[in-house]
Amino acid sequence: MTNATKNRLIDKTFLMFGILATLFGIVILCIFIGNIFADGISRLSFDFLESLPSRKPEKAGILTAWTGTLWILGLTTLVAFPLGVGAGIYLEEYAKKGWLSNILEINIANLAGVPSIIYGLLGLEIFVRVMGLGGSLLAGSFTLSLLILPIIIVSTREAIKAVPKSIKEAAFALGATKWQAIWSQILPASMGGILTGVILSISRAIGETAPLIVVGALAYVPFVAKSPMDEFTVLPIQIFNWVSRPQHGFIVNAAAAILILLSITFVMNGIAVYLRNRWQKKVKW
Amino acid sequence: MNKTREYIIERLLFLCAAITVFTTISIILVLLVEAVGFFQEVSIIDFLTDKEWTPLFADKHFGILPLVCGTLLTTFIAISVALPIGLTIAIYLSEYAPKSFRKIFKPLLEVLAAVPTVVYGFFALLVVSPFLQKFFPEMSGFNSLSAGIVMGIMIIPFISSLSEDALYAVPKSLREAAYGMGSTRFQTAFKVTVPAASSGIVVSIILALSRAIGETMIVAIAAGQQPRLTLDPTVPIETITAYIVQVSMGDVPHGSLEYKTIFAAGITLFVFTFILNNISFYIKKKYQEKYD
Repeated sequence: MTNATKNRLIDKTFLMFGILATLFGIVILCIFIGNIFADGISRLSFDFLESLPSRKPEKAGILTAWTGTLWILGLTTLVAFPLGVGAGIYLEEYAKKGWLSNILEINIANLAGVPSIIYGLLGLEIFVRVMGLGGSLLAGSFTLSLLILPIIIVSTREAIKAVPKSIKEAAFALGATKWQAIWSQILPASMGGILTGVILSISRAIGETAPLIVVGALAYVPFVAKSPMDEFTVLPIQIFNWVSRPQHGFIVNAAAAILILLSITFVMNGIAVYLRNRWQKKVKW
Repeated sequence: MNKTREYIIERLLFLCAAITVFTTISIILVLLVEAVGFFQEVSIIDFLTDKEWTPLFADKHFGILPLVCGTLLTTFIAISVALPIGLTIAIYLSEYAPKSFRKIFKPLLEVLAAVPTVVYGFFALLVVSPFLQKFFPEMSGFNSLSAGIVMGIMIIPFISSLSEDALYAVPKSLREAAYGMGSTRFQTAFKVTVPAASSGIVVSIILALSRAIGETMIVAIAAGQQPRLTLDPTVPIETITAYIVQVSMGDVPHGSLEYKTIFAAGITLFVFTFILNNISFYIKKKYQEKYD
């Protein structure tokens, strides 16, 4: 065998490995979802969505869990969206290059790498104890907002960076102030990218379990939360609780709840991808 | 009128950005204050050298080593799964695959990272563990092997996507020079593009490591809750993160020693990920734009 044929053989072999490895990830994902589908689809019903938690698996439902998840979704968006976009605008448009902006940048990169459970400890001490919010929806959403802030800031900055300078300069030439240029030119032009980042980060917050457990979300909540100060549970915590029980009925419930959680996650990711593609096509400079 | 409005808006936006700094300061302060309280009752030497971690038992030991060992063991298993697969995917997608294929499969793989981790925990405990028990009948239902493997699958996209970005950014001219001298795609990839993109690849690996160390729900569900100083992947262990969850699930009164242990564990975790993040940040700053 000559060197050339040997090299070509190695090349072809690696090609096979590459295809296999790529498909491996996809196949595993399909096995995951197939498995959970097989376990949980029989349990999915309006009854399951409308029932309170119970000791008996056949009677237990996820009403408190999915309403809790919706509360968290709403409150976290309300807090994190303005803060994150505001910080992104400041860093991209206002901050002067120098030690201050350097520190802010290093700091945000570092925050993005802090494990989510550490945010839970932060929330436990600051929001639950010092601010006296207890294990409430508000404490949970504040904690999750801090967790996703770095993601929103980074995607906001990238979206703003993609808007050409000429747009801003044209606005200035017409006598616009800085904020007028940002508000009526730069933000509308970068909204697609910003929204994509916000939706992706919120979908991450929806799936978070650990920080909320630390903050004090409960596994068993027998009522639907009515105000942001109420105690709460969310879908991932309900799933965690059911997975750790020995009875098979609860495993089936967990699988059914996972199907709901995954649908929410995938729909949000789908919207984000759709927005990204639409804006990329529509906006051509 | 306009001027004051502009000024107020700028200040408000600055406050938004400043919140991130407050967050970091609060994290460090909270962890430090509670950990200092902990170390007033437990000597730091015991904490670092004792081989047992039993703060919830009558016979209390406060050695962090079993938790650190559990964390590193699951992380090692995870990276052993994710590194070869993720890197192969990255090289395949950037050097071999047709453009259309890359455009479809890259986002598809990123779905793996978007799945909530509690779902992975379900999978590790109820699918992967029973499957592995067919091969290792004596293996416990809770073990670090299945948790580690599933965690590895979860972090594949961190390595594949970020490494692929780095490989893709290597200038075409380098590849063309290698092809011109008769190299195969394999030779070009491993002798030219991978070395050229090595800093980006290393950064992706470090980020994946840091993610694995901080991962909580998979190990809390599937690895057991028994702190144990062992490298045996078939027995139940406990990681730092799983311990924090275990304590938080129970009713631990504020100010008690048990309450402080989760902050002592937390600060240990924070130190690990902080070091890893800063290494990756340093590499990124120092080696980027080498070819521009």
